[in-house]
Amino acid sequence: MSTVAPEVLVAMSGGVDSSVAASILLGQGYRVVGVTMKLWGGESDTGCCSVSDVDDARRVAQQIGIDHHVFNFGDDFERHVVAPYVDAYAAGRTPNPCIECNRHLKFDRLLHRASMLGIELVATGHHARIVTEADGTRRVARGADRAKDQSYVLHMLGQAQLARLLFPLGDTTKDHVRAQARAQGLRTAAKPDSQDVCFITSAAGRQGFLERRHLPLTPGRVVDGTGAVVGAVPAVELVTIGQRKNLGMAGGTREPRYAIDVDLPTATITIGERRDLDRSTVTLDDVAWSASPFAGQVRAQVSAHGDAHPATFDPSAATLTWLEPRRRVAPGQAVVLYDAVTGCVVLGGGTAQ
Amino acid sequence: MPAYFDHAATTPMRPEALDAFVAVQREHFGNPSGTHLLARNARRVLEDARETMAEVLGCLPREVVFTAGGTEADNLAVHGVHEAMGGVVVTVAHEHHAVLNPVERLGGRVVGATSWGTVDLDALRAALDPSVTLVSVMLANNESGVIQPLAEVSAIVRECAPGAVLHTDAVQAFSWLDVASAARDAQLISVSAHKFGGPKGVGALAVRDGVALTPMLLGGGQERELRSGTQNVAGIAAMAVAARLTHDARVDTVVWVGALRDRLADGLKAAIDGTYESAVGYSGEPADRSHKVAGSCHLCFADVESEALLFLLERAGVYASAASSCASGAQDPSHVLAAMGVSRELAQGSLRLSLGWPSTDADVDIALEAVPAAVAQLRRFSVRS
Repeated sequence: MSTVAPEVLVAMSGGVDSSVAASILLGQGYRVVGVTMKLWGGESDTGCCSVSDVDDARRVAQQIGIDHHVFNFGDDFERHVVAPYVDAYAAGRTPNPCIECNRHLKFDRLLHRASMLGIELVATGHHARIVTEADGTRRVARGADRAKDQSYVLHMLGQAQLARLLFPLGDTTKDHVRAQARAQGLRTAAKPDSQDVCFITSAAGRQGFLERRHLPLTPGRVVDGTGAVVGAVPAVELVTIGQRKNLGMAGGTREPRYAIDVDLPTATITIGERRDLDRSTVTLDDVAWSASPFAGQVRAQVSAHGDAHPATFDPSAATLTWLEPRRRVAPGQAVVLYDAVTGCVVLGGGTAQ
Repeated sequence: MPAYFDHAATTPMRPEALDAFVAVQREHFGNPSGTHLLARNARRVLEDARETMAEVLGCLPREVVFTAGGTEADNLAVHGVHEAMGGVVVTVAHEHHAVLNPVERLGGRVVGATSWGTVDLDALRAALDPSVTLVSVMLANNESGVIQPLAEVSAIVRECAPGAVLHTDAVQAFSWLDVASAARDAQLISVSAHKFGGPKGVGALAVRDGVALTPMLLGGGQERELRSGTQNVAGIAAMAVAARLTHDARVDTVVWVGALRDRLADGLKAAIDGTYESAVGYSGEPADRSHKVAGSCHLCFADVESEALLFLLERAGVYASAASSCASGAQDPSHVLAAMGVSRELAQGSLRLSLGWPSTDADVDIALEAVPAAVAQLRRFSVRS
């Protein structure tokens, strides 16, 4: 009895990870179709969006012998990623463009497009795993290469999405990925990992980009705990809670000083000592769960490459209470909840208020 | 066998043209600028081709400048006149980017189009004054297939910008229109071989005597100093063979391809509710296509995305296209449909089925089966989740 191999759409960014992901799936017997999402028409250093990245993805597809298509999701990217990025700064929050791109583009728009085309499965080159619990619940788990783990930016995935997703690189290391790409002669083998936000160029920078998007940047004053003015910044919108540098303070202080509060209406940054940043709780907005809401002991991670720390989550108040007080999380920053035992399995996540 | 409906992008080489290409490349490889026998033989092939192209374009042999394709011919026309005469260059918003981008680089004026896909003659009149040195209006549009009123354009140019040169991009027109007659009012005419059964990378610009044109490529002074570079003799010979065949069969081709196109367009509009045929009208409305070239069937489907449609059509054995492709290969919203005032939503569901000299009844049958099925599959999903 012969069965037709399942078909999978692989999101190929033009980087080494998704190149090798496509190749691995092919080796596993899937029928593989490569797709590059054209998301950004403006300037870009590299990352996910430039013409040369599309060329690289197309060439890799040719080299490994799969079809390759380009889907122009530029309008959706503008609506769901770029505009909210600008809005977040205008509101003094920290944007998460890569997470929003995953939420709205890779794991919504692309999955939907795959459905339209009659293709059930979608794969990406993320370093993460999908584990299935005894009751059939699927969850995102950390990838084998802990230094490259991307489970943090995948925390929004629910059961319907996880049932259709494959992460072929979850059990492998970045070194191994590069070695495989080299062995196959793929042109992406030595391509640097994408850094930062794909639509922000190193030349113009974040500030240049926001200015071009007509975000009015407000000069602000920096005050200490007594209210005395000790410095000035060119744009309060660009100051993040916990920031130590570029606060426009003349002379050194014996103890490092941090931005402990940013008040947009009065354009005032308050600085203080490290301990002034400590908080025992953080309240979350827009919590997404991989399955049902979870109450109790968790480990929580507040940045893509940080560690997860013990805490307790109360879903009725959407409040996380740290076991030990921790540095305040900047408003808008994603907070991802992992299981308390291993700290490796994603339960869900949200954004800090 | 898959049905090929992308003849406006490129059409297969006619076998006679391919034979000529191989024969010339093999037997007459000499450099036509040389002096010995092999060079003179190549020169003879070149001049034979020039006479053929002159006849089909309605100009003198010495007025034919061979180029490396339609884009180069368009660029030479726009930049060449501007370099020689200065002044203001003018074109239309729905032109091919090979004209539009040079005009925009030179700070020229771009006038709008009507909802029927023709240049807005009132806007053109308003954009013209004695400072205008070049007006570029295509003969037939590459997406909508709409034939432009070149005689009326010419009259307006003579009246409002008497010193201006009229250029027409006839790249999409040559298969369907007698360019010699349709473009007789133009002083510059661009054509491209691969659109009518010749090879890629070969084209021509007809430059009528008296037009001031500064060359863009400098070197050995070939093509009456207007286009330096050793001529692609085999490609040019193959273009002339394809042009001759196209020209001689054109009256018949237009009749039978036009009938195929009408069966295709009428069939799809009947099978798929709410289909808008660009510059013609919606399903159920009377369809007059006399202002379109015979090979053009251009449709827009509401609640459908072109990229997804093309993907499904390829799987069903139909090769087609939507709007013009950007450098990455992604589908960009059509500037032609935008110029016609078609909404961005409707334009996102555009499909260009372009027929050509090898098209068959069987091709149309395949498309009449595949397109409604694909549209129905896509419409089962909401466009936005």
